Amino acid sequence: MIRVILPAHLRTLGGVAGEVKLETGATTVGTLLDALEDRYPVLQGAIREHVTQQRRPYVRYFACEKDLSHEPPDTPLPSAVVSGAEPFLIVGAIAGG
Amino acid sequence: MNKVRVLVGTKKGAFILSSDGKRERWDVSGPHFAGWEIYHLKGSPVDPNRLYASQSSGWFGQQIQRSKDGGQTWEPAGNKFVYDGVPGTHQWYDGTPHPWEFKRVWHLEPSLSDAETVYAGVEDAALFRSTDGAQTWEELPGLRGHGSGPHWQPGAGGMCLHTVILDPSDPKRMYIAISAAGAFRTDDAGETWRPINHGLHSQHIPDPDAEVGHCVHHVAMHPSRPGVLFMQKHWDVMRSDNAGDLWREVSGNLPTDFGFVIDVHAHEPETVYVVPIKSDSEHFPPDGKLRVYRSRTGGNEWEALTRGLPQKDCYVNVLRDAMAVDSLDQCGVYFGTTGGQVYASADAGDNWAAIVHDLPAVLSVEVQTLP
Repeated sequence: MIRVILPAHLRTLGGVAGEVKLETGATTVGTLLDALEDRYPVLQGAIREHVTQQRRPYVRYFACEKDLSHEPPDTPLPSAVVSGAEPFLIVGAIAGG
Repeated sequence: MNKVRVLVGTKKGAFILSSDGKRERWDVSGPHFAGWEIYHLKGSPVDPNRLYASQSSGWFGQQIQRSKDGGQTWEPAGNKFVYDGVPGTHQWYDGTPHPWEFKRVWHLEPSLSDAETVYAGVEDAALFRSTDGAQTWEELPGLRGHGSGPHWQPGAGGMCLHTVILDPSDPKRMYIAISAAGAFRTDDAGETWRPINHGLHSQHIPDPDAEVGHCVHHVAMHPSRPGVLFMQKHWDVMRSDNAGDLWREVSGNLPTDFGFVIDVHAHEPETVYVVPIKSDSEHFPPDGKLRVYRSRTGGNEWEALTRGLPQKDCYVNVLRDAMAVDSLDQCGVYFGTTGGQVYASADAGDNWAAIVHDLPAVLSVEVQTLP
């Protein structure tokens, strides 16, 4: 089970209360996001661009006190995220307003 | 008695203002989609309880929401807007080529005959259509394929397709407007388009009379006379009596002919409303006085409407999609400001009062007249 923490606006959009708990075999950033979007289709296009699957510019990925935003999609998730000990955080960048 | 529902899009959510036909007491619902930019929301003329809303965010992109109960509840619809083919380039502000990139939906225009069909005007400029209640979207590529696309350029707000007008007398005719490309018309339901900018004169482009490149801010039409169009351009208020084939200036005695909104009285096709704004660098009313100007002669002769509007120290703006009229016997006129006020007049503009004072900056105002 992988834990994902969404920013408030995406929790509202997805109708999610608290953490998302995904029963998934995902082991990379890309496959984790695939699993998240499969569970919550409304998030498609909100985290990654529809066609390119590129991370949206004002979205960041953190885990285990590391910034994974700029890592390629096939980057392995930290073992503590895969085990559920630590959450994977999707964060809206600090950009005012 | 009739009811009126005012749909307000703001920088931080949507609000729905409701009243009976007297339009004296208002119920305020919202914010819906709190914290998101709601560029526009509009109801279907076929099924007034079917609403469509454009919800966007610089962080999380575009969402489309729809309601089947007049805005009491909402459900997310499709948000995949993909340009047809290779998008190509348009001009950037400095004239260099810039790739076409989808940013947001500026305007949603529900079909006049089918509640499941809705058009979306987007930035970077293109027109999309859904025929399944906004679940899936397809571009009408003939517009960008017209050939002039590489010469279109963004206005200060981006290169947005902000106006979509459906001709009630001819289902194959539509008008759209783009800032800063100009106005376009299709006579074959969107297959092919042609620019309709003859008569426009714009100093910000190398050839002021060019076929495209004009910063059209908004266009309005009265449904009883679909060939007559009124335009608020970046500068100049214009009129066409032949479906856009030729425009003539009708700014007349306006204190400034810069502005964003323009609309037409529901029952008097020669009565037109604008809100003059000082200039393109000073986006507020001249002299700190918020004045709606009304022409009862289809332009040229304008009267200031001031009763109930602030006449000192007012420095708000009124954005292009933020004025609308109802169709009650005594036509109501509504507009919203960047200061968060929505003003209403129940007597065609003679007297005004704020329905709400303190919303987030208003991006759009639409009105539904309900049985």
